[in-house]
Amino acid sequence: MIRIQDLKFYYRLGEFSLDIREFSVTKGEKVAVIGPSGSGKTTLLNLVGGIIIPRQGMVSVDHIKVNELNDTGRRDFRVANIGFVFQDFELLDYLNVLDNILHTYRITGAMSLDKGVRLRAAALAKEMGIGDKLKRHANDLSHGEKQRVAICRALLPRPKLILSDEATGNLDPANKTRILDRLFRSVEQHDATLLAVTHDHELLKRFDRIVDFQDFQRNQGF
Amino acid sequence: MIDSLYVAWKYISFSKIKTATLVACIALISFLPISLQLLLDESERQLMSRAVSTPLIVGAKGSALDLVMNTIYFGDEIPELITQRASELVMETDLALPIPVYVRFRARGHPIVGTTLDYFEFRGLKVAEGRQLALLGDCVLGAKVAEKVDLKPGDSLVSSPETLFDLAGVYPLKMKVVGILEKSYTADDLAVFTDLKTTWIIQGLGHGHEDVTKIKDTSLILKRTETNVAATAKLFNYAEITDENIDSFHFHGELSSYPITAVIAVPHDKKSGTILRGRYLSGEVSQQIVRPEEVIDGLLQNIFRIKNVLDAVISVVALATILAMVLVFALSLRLRQREIKTIFKLGCRRATIVRLLASEIFIILLISAVFCGALVLLVDSFANDLVRMLFIR
Repeated sequence: MIRIQDLKFYYRLGEFSLDIREFSVTKGEKVAVIGPSGSGKTTLLNLVGGIIIPRQGMVSVDHIKVNELNDTGRRDFRVANIGFVFQDFELLDYLNVLDNILHTYRITGAMSLDKGVRLRAAALAKEMGIGDKLKRHANDLSHGEKQRVAICRALLPRPKLILSDEATGNLDPANKTRILDRLFRSVEQHDATLLAVTHDHELLKRFDRIVDFQDFQRNQGF
Repeated sequence: MIDSLYVAWKYISFSKIKTATLVACIALISFLPISLQLLLDESERQLMSRAVSTPLIVGAKGSALDLVMNTIYFGDEIPELITQRASELVMETDLALPIPVYVRFRARGHPIVGTTLDYFEFRGLKVAEGRQLALLGDCVLGAKVAEKVDLKPGDSLVSSPETLFDLAGVYPLKMKVVGILEKSYTADDLAVFTDLKTTWIIQGLGHGHEDVTKIKDTSLILKRTETNVAATAKLFNYAEITDENIDSFHFHGELSSYPITAVIAVPHDKKSGTILRGRYLSGEVSQQIVRPEEVIDGLLQNIFRIKNVLDAVISVVALATILAMVLVFALSLRLRQREIKTIFKLGCRRATIVRLLASEIFIILLISAVFCGALVLLVDSFANDLVRMLFIR
C-alpha cells in the first residue's frame, strides 16, 4: 500500500532532515510509528499524504507515485484515498461539529454531499460519543471531543489509507479504547491500511507492526 | 458555489463584530452619496416645479430669494413689505392677473397665507371637505396642516401672537375653519389660507368692537365731538369674528395702503409678461419683478456647487474606507493563515480558497447593500419633508 524508496527530505532553514532508504506498509496492515519528538514521524505522514514532497526519492501509495503528481493531482488523490487525523485536529472554530465533519465534502467538491453522507456523519459522531454535540461550535469542545471530531472527519469518506497523528493522545482510557476500536473496525470493514503515530505504549500491542522511528533513522530502513 | 457561500456565511456569522463593522462602513459610505443625490433631486424637483408654475412675482426691492421663498414656499424670512397698491398697479396694466399674497403670521407653527380666491384657481387647489373662503375670519387648511393639528370644518384655529410680551403688538385671532384642501404635495399642504382682510385683522389694521356712539361708560371714551368719537385703549376689541359681531369689523384708512408681502403676476401671454417685466426695470419703481424659475435656478447652481465639494469629500472618505477594508481583509488573511493551511491540508484547491474569500466579500457587500437600500428607502420616504427642512425652511 505504501512504499518509500531512497527518500531525502529537509526543511530549507532547519537542521532537521529525513533519510529513508526503504519503507513499506502492506494493504490492510495496521502500523504504529513511535519515536521521540522531532524524529520525523509527522513529516513521514505528511510525505505519505502528499502534503509535502520529498527533495529526492519516491513515495507511492496504492501504486501511485505521489511525489510525481502535480499539486492538484496530489490533492485530488489525498481526498479520494487518504483519511488524515492531524495532530492538532485542524478544526475550524466557526463551524459546528457536523459541519466540521462534512467540511472535506464541502470544500473539495470531489465527493457529493448527499443526505446519506449526512446521516452517516451523524451516526459516526454518535458512535464516537459526540452525537449530542453536532450543533456545537468547535471552539466550545474539549480537547478529547475535538480529537473525536477530527477522527470522524477522516473516517467519513471511507478512505483506503488512514494516517493518524496521535489520534488518541488527548483521550481518557475509556474513550481511547473506544476510538481505537472504531478506527480498527473502520480499517477492517473497508480493507484499509492504518499508519498511526502514537506515544501511547499501552496501545501498541493492538497494531500489526511497530516502527520505532529513532531506530529506523539510525538503521536506515527495515 | 452554494457550499462556498454556506461556509462563507458560517464564517461571517461567527465573526459578528468584524462583519458588523465592515457592513456599517460599506453601507454608510454608499448611503451618503446616494441619499445626498436623492435629496438634491427631490429638492430640484420640488423647488423647480413650483417655481416654473409661478410666472412672475412683484415684491419690494431687496433679496429676490427671500421674496420667492416667502411667496411660493411660505418661508420664514419675511421680505420687505409692499402695499396692496402694487397689486392694483399690476391690474391697471391689463397685462397680468395680480394675486396679492401676505405671508407673515402663523397659526400653531403653520404659515397663514392671506390671499384672494384667484390663488386657489391659479394653483388648481380644490376643497376636499367643507367650503371655500367666504366670510371675514374664515380659514381653509392645507391637507397636511389639517392632519397635523387634527382640525375639521367647524373647528377653530387661533393665530399666534408675534411677540408674547408686546401688549401693543399683534393679538391672536380665533379663525373659523371652513374647509380643508385636497392634497397637492406642495407647500400649499402646509399652509393656512385666509382672505387678505383677515390677515389685516390679525395684524390689528382692522378690528371690531362695540358701537362707540352707544357706549355709556365714560371711561371708554377719550374724546367725543359731533362728527367723531375717539375711544380709549380700554375699549374691548373682538378676538373672534362671529355672525353677531361681523358687521362691527371695519378698517381705518385706504385698503390700497395696507401691507402685503408680494403679488403673483400671471401674464395673459408671453408678450404681456415681457412688457410687464420691462415696466419694473426703471430705477424709479420701488418694487422689483422676478421670475422665480431664474431665482431658484441660481439657488440650485449654488447647491450643486456645494454638492460637488461634498462629492469630492465623500470620494476621499470612500477611498479611505476601501483602503481600510482592503487592510482589514489583508490582516484577516494573515490571521487566518492557519485556517487556510488546514483547508489546503484537507485537499482544497487554491481556486476554492479564492472562491471562499470571494463569497465572504460578496455576502458582506450584499448585507451592506440591503442596509444601504433600507436607509435610502427611509430617506426617500421622508425626502419631501427633509427637503423642506433643509432647503426651504
